Order: sequence, then C-alpha cells, then structure tokens
Amino acid sequence: MSIDLVITNLVWLGKKTNLLLSQGKIRELTPVLPTIGDGTKVRDGQGYVLLPSLIDAHVHLREPGYEYKEEISTGLKAALGGGFGQVMAMANTNPVNDQPSVTSFMLEKAKSFGGYPYLRPIGALTKGLAGKEMAPLAELKDAGCVAFSNDGLPVLNNELFRRCLEYSSDLGLKVIDHCEDPFLAEKGVINEGKLSSFLGLKGVPTVAESLQVARDILLAAYLDVPIHLAHVSCAQSVELIAWAKQKGIPISAETCLHYLLLTEEACNDYNTLAKVNPPLRTQEDQMALVDGLKSGVIDILVTDHAPHADFEKDVPFAEAPNGISGLDTALSLSLELLKQGFCWQDLIDLWGTKPAQIFNLPFSTLEPGSEANFILVDPDYTWKVTAKNMFSKGKNTPWLNQILQGKVIVHFYQGKEVFNLKQEIAGF
Amino acid sequence: MEWAHKHILDVDQLSLQDIYTIFDLAQNFAQINQRPVKKVPTLKGKSIILFFAEPSTRTKTSFDLAGKRLSADTFSLAKSSSSLTKGESLKDTVLTLQAMAPDCIVIRHSLSGAAKFIASKVDCAVINAGDGYHAHPTQALLDGFCLFKVWKKDFKGKTVLILGDIAHSRVARSDLKLLVKLGAKVRLCAPRTLLPFEVKNWPVEVFFDLNQACQGVDAIICLRLQLERQEKGLLPDLREYSQRYGLGWKHLELANPQVKVMHPGPLNRGIEIDSSLADAGPSLILEQVSAGIAVRMALLYLCILSQGVQKCL
Repeated sequence: MSIDLVITNLVWLGKKTNLLLSQGKIRELTPVLPTIGDGTKVRDGQGYVLLPSLIDAHVHLREPGYEYKEEISTGLKAALGGGFGQVMAMANTNPVNDQPSVTSFMLEKAKSFGGYPYLRPIGALTKGLAGKEMAPLAELKDAGCVAFSNDGLPVLNNELFRRCLEYSSDLGLKVIDHCEDPFLAEKGVINEGKLSSFLGLKGVPTVAESLQVARDILLAAYLDVPIHLAHVSCAQSVELIAWAKQKGIPISAETCLHYLLLTEEACNDYNTLAKVNPPLRTQEDQMALVDGLKSGVIDILVTDHAPHADFEKDVPFAEAPNGISGLDTALSLSLELLKQGFCWQDLIDLWGTKPAQIFNLPFSTLEPGSEANFILVDPDYTWKVTAKNMFSKGKNTPWLNQILQGKVIVHFYQGKEVFNLKQEIAGF
Repeated sequence: MEWAHKHILDVDQLSLQDIYTIFDLAQNFAQINQRPVKKVPTLKGKSIILFFAEPSTRTKTSFDLAGKRLSADTFSLAKSSSSLTKGESLKDTVLTLQAMAPDCIVIRHSLSGAAKFIASKVDCAVINAGDGYHAHPTQALLDGFCLFKVWKKDFKGKTVLILGDIAHSRVARSDLKLLVKLGAKVRLCAPRTLLPFEVKNWPVEVFFDLNQACQGVDAIICLRLQLERQEKGLLPDLREYSQRYGLGWKHLELANPQVKVMHPGPLNRGIEIDSSLADAGPSLILEQVSAGIAVRMALLYLCILSQGVQKCL
C-alpha cells in the first residue's frame, strides 16, 4: 500500500519523528524519512507534539433535555478541539438514558455531527436514576452503551446495587459509581473545612465519599465484580483504593484535573465557577491524588465535563449548580502535570491506554495498521480562556479569563484533518 | 473623617479606625434618638430599599427608623411580596431595584454570600443585614457599640463568651471578628454539634462546659437556638439543651462581677437564657436594640454620603 501522507518534523515521546499514513491508517513512525514517491503529500509538522486522540471517560453532554447547557454537537466539537477522539457521556439527561431509544437518539445526534469524536454513551444503572429498579441493562448495551452508572445519584440500597453489579458483570460492562453518602453530604455545597466554616456554607465532608468508596471496595471484593470509582477527590479514598489494589480487589478509579490543580480556596469569595461535586478539597488531598496517579492507585484522568448556562452560575453560591466545563481546557491543564513529574507517556496512559483497558474501548498508541486518529499539540501556544474561544456551550470554568499554555492545533481522524485551530480562529 | 467603603458586607473589611469612626458617629446619632423630634435632614432626598428576603422584625424596623430619622425615604420589600416568589432570580430582582436608582439597598437573605452577590450586581451602596450563616456586620457593630459604651476603648484584657448555636449563627461569626479586632479575647461554648467544623482554627477558646466557659468572663453573648435544630439530629431536645447550655444566674456568679449579658434576639425565654436574667441588671438586651438604630444611622450616613463625595470628586 502506498503512503498518502507524511507529516515531518514531529515530536513523539520527546523524540523527533515523522509520521507516515496510508489509507487512513498509521503506516509508521520513523525518525528517518524514507524516500517519498510523487503521489505522497508532505506536510511540515512544525515541531508539534504528536499524541493519539484521547479518551474522556466522564462527560455530561446534556442532550436530550438540557440543550441550553450543551448539545451533543457542541460537546463533541469541544472534545474534538480538546484532543479527544472518544467521550463517554453520562446518563443524567432528560429523559434519562435508561432505555435504548434514548441511547439511539444520542448516537444519531453524534452521527449527524460527523460520527467523530466517537460518542460512547453510559447507560443508567437504575430506571430514571431513581435507585429503585434496575434499568434494562442488556438492551442498553445492545443499543450502544459502554458502561452503566447511576451518575450523581448513587444507589443507596446495597442489595439493589449488588444485583446491578452482578447483572452488569454478566454483560461484561463496568459499573461506574459516584461515591457519596447523601445524608452526610445533604445540602453541602463546598468542602467541609476551615473555609466552609468561615463562609457559613454547609460542607460536604470527605467521609461522605470515602465511606461509599469503602462500601464499593467491599462489594467488589465479595462479588469479585469490578467497580470503577468516579471522580475521586480526597486522600482517604486514595488510601482505601491503594489497600484494595494491594489485595487484588477489582477496583479502578478516576480523578479530574480540577482536584489536582485547585483547592477549596478557589471557592473563596463565593466563586460559583469553582463549585463542583465532589467539592474541591485541600492541599493534602491534592497531594494524595497526585501521588495516587503516579503510583497507579488512581488509574485515569477524566474531565467530568459539566457544562451549565451562564445565568445558572450567576446566583448566590448555594443555589448554583455543581460542575465545571472541562473539555476545552483539559489538554492545556494536563500539560501542567508535566511540571509535576509526569511525562508524555503518562498522559497517553491516563487519557488513553488505561481508560481503553478499563472500558474495553479501541485505542492505539499509533501502532502501524491502527486507525490514524491523532492530534498535533503546540505545548508553547498560549491562549486566554474566554467564552468566545471555548467550543463548549458551558463557559463555567474556574480558569475563565486565565492564560493557559498548550493547545491542540490539528486533529486527524482516519488520516484526514477534521480540526484545525488556525481555521477556527479565523472563524471566531 | 476617612471612609473608604461603599458597601458594608462583613466586619473583615473594616479597620479598627473604621470601627471607631462608626462608634463615634453612632454616639452622636444616639443623642438624636433622645430628642422629642427624632429627625435630622442629613439624608433628605436619598432613598433606601430594605430588601428582606427572610423574616426579620428588629433589624428591619431598626434600619427603617434609622433611615427615616435621617430623613431618607425608605421602602421595604419582603420576599413574599417580591417577584422572587414568581421565580425571578435574585440577580433580576436586584437589577430591577437598581434601575429605580436607590442610594442604598439593605439586604437580608437566607443564603450565605447573597449580600456580596448583590453588591457585585448594583451601583448603589449595599448593606448586609444578614446573609445565611455567613455575616451580620450591623449586629456585630451594635453589639460592639454597646460594650464600647460600657468599656470605652478598653477591650484589651476583656473576655467575651459567645454561647449557643454558633455553627448556624451569622451573628457569632461577625461578633467574633469584631471583638478580636477590638482586642478582646473570645470564648465559644456549645455542644460540638452546634460548633463550626474545624473551629480549632479560629482565634477562640472553645468550651463544652458552660460553668468552665463562664469563669471570669466580662460579657456573655447568648445566641438564639433555632427550635428546629433537634429535627436535624443536632440535639436530643430543648430540655436537655437548656439544662446544659441555658444561661442562668448561677453562671453569672462565676463571671466577672461586672459581667454584661447580651442576646441578638428574638429570645427563647427559659431555653437559652433564664427569663428573669434577660430582664435584669446585667442584661444589655434592650440597649442593644436602641444602639442598633444609632449604629445603622451611622452606617447609612457613611455609605450613602461617601458615595456622594466620590461622585463629586
């Protein structure tokens, strides 16, 4: 097969390389440029960093039901511009994604966006997310769901949760659990700590999370069924997960960049843009999470992309909805981790290889013959996070109006350019 | 007279100098309240909106009279009669009020941070008349003013005990900040279920035993117990609370003989405070109410007229 495209002058895992593509597939990554035939296009990679298109295993795309916050098309555009080739969308839409017709609707919407980035729906674990009856999990799987979750409304009834875990395990799909004891967390809006006391806001204690983490670990051990823990936010959860992994209990866990890069201090002055669930914690938790990521206790990074309309966050703190819009900023913020002892390979693992393993998704680190889905990143590109240059409808990020460094310049899908920042800027 | 504040949102923002400016001014305004004709033209032509999105008797009446005694036009808006009940957002409600060009909005709201939120939306002065569990700066200033009248500037070496439901009290939070600024030592006394989380980080001494807490104190600020606290599992019942934390005469024997007793009201007689004690000599409770008008006159004067000065400049 002939080579149709060569991208020269790229950096792959810190080394200079050239990328050879053939019929939408990766042909070869080579530091030495071979002789190129006349029919081959050659493109200068300008020294950009090459990465495979990444996976975000936890996003909220809001459609159907909350299109004023985000649409599948705007969410996928943000994913595309953010360097993601696959996003796993949570089920808390309206109607809830607890029936195959909703899953199909979502996949149709994704198809009309162009079929890429790949939308991977997460089905509701219980009907209506109500925590009363199991959703039709097999039908959801057949319709295209890749995992199940009760999202922000964890199943309290341990017997029902157990049965859901067993049933999902038959289907070979993972259950993702948002760990939160609703009684301990009731009406909480910020981390319970010094700041909550001073601001007079009801706090969410870390134990509201770690208690449920412990429950899940014990259930996973007893049933020998894997559970994936959503957005782990505190040191105590990391300790528990470390224990579980040491014991060989089938537990995997994710955390988000905002827990690694921010603390509860971001909520000071009642900043609703930093209001998220679980809440931003303390420096101690932050350090435990970073260590947990390095040691593999925490398996993956996700955005928990949770877009909201401007007016919804423009209210007193307690009334504001939880959530941070994350797809647009994820890659830039991930580059911050390179300063904290992580390397490019770690980023590929955390945002690609490992989520693909956990959720059984296709992913390739640009091996010859794999689908040519990749991004070119300029790590020196500085940009200001503004409403205008975010693709997501949700502009709710605590990094709003801040300067970030690093950006996806080009995104390739099956060997074709499907996103180019320079053209987008011309359109802004 | 230096005055740099457009809004009064909490005690944090005030310097010691600011606090004494308010006290001095309040002392002057207090004299007006003694006259047969209790009105001066100072704020004539100014309008004040009293936006109370949460029930209040004394604070609202106090602000209303304070404004009227300075000849300002005051208008009261309650949540029940506002468009908030029609689902209008707080932002839209205050932008609507703002469009009517008041000189000052006095806001009481059940959510912490609401006063700051409103101040960020409007051009006029905003005075926080209590936001959630966060702050109640005018109450703190009137409490401080009452003690100032007794102690003068001699707060150093004085110990003030704040007793009761501190976790859910904006008064406690603001009182504490003010008293520490003035140089007094502050003690807190409550069951742990009614103390803020990680209170050990606060510049206070914490007591679980009321007898110990009262030893040698110079003033006791008794807080109102919200009667629904027991439903939240924070207390077994009111009887047990009043036995362990109700302030009575026997506690005063442990305190400094000159001890003063205060309460922001409304009182639950016989629960957090012995009924006869509330009416007796050491009690400053009614003085707090009259001091409230003088302090709020001072704050309205400072906030509204300092704006005028800024505009002239």
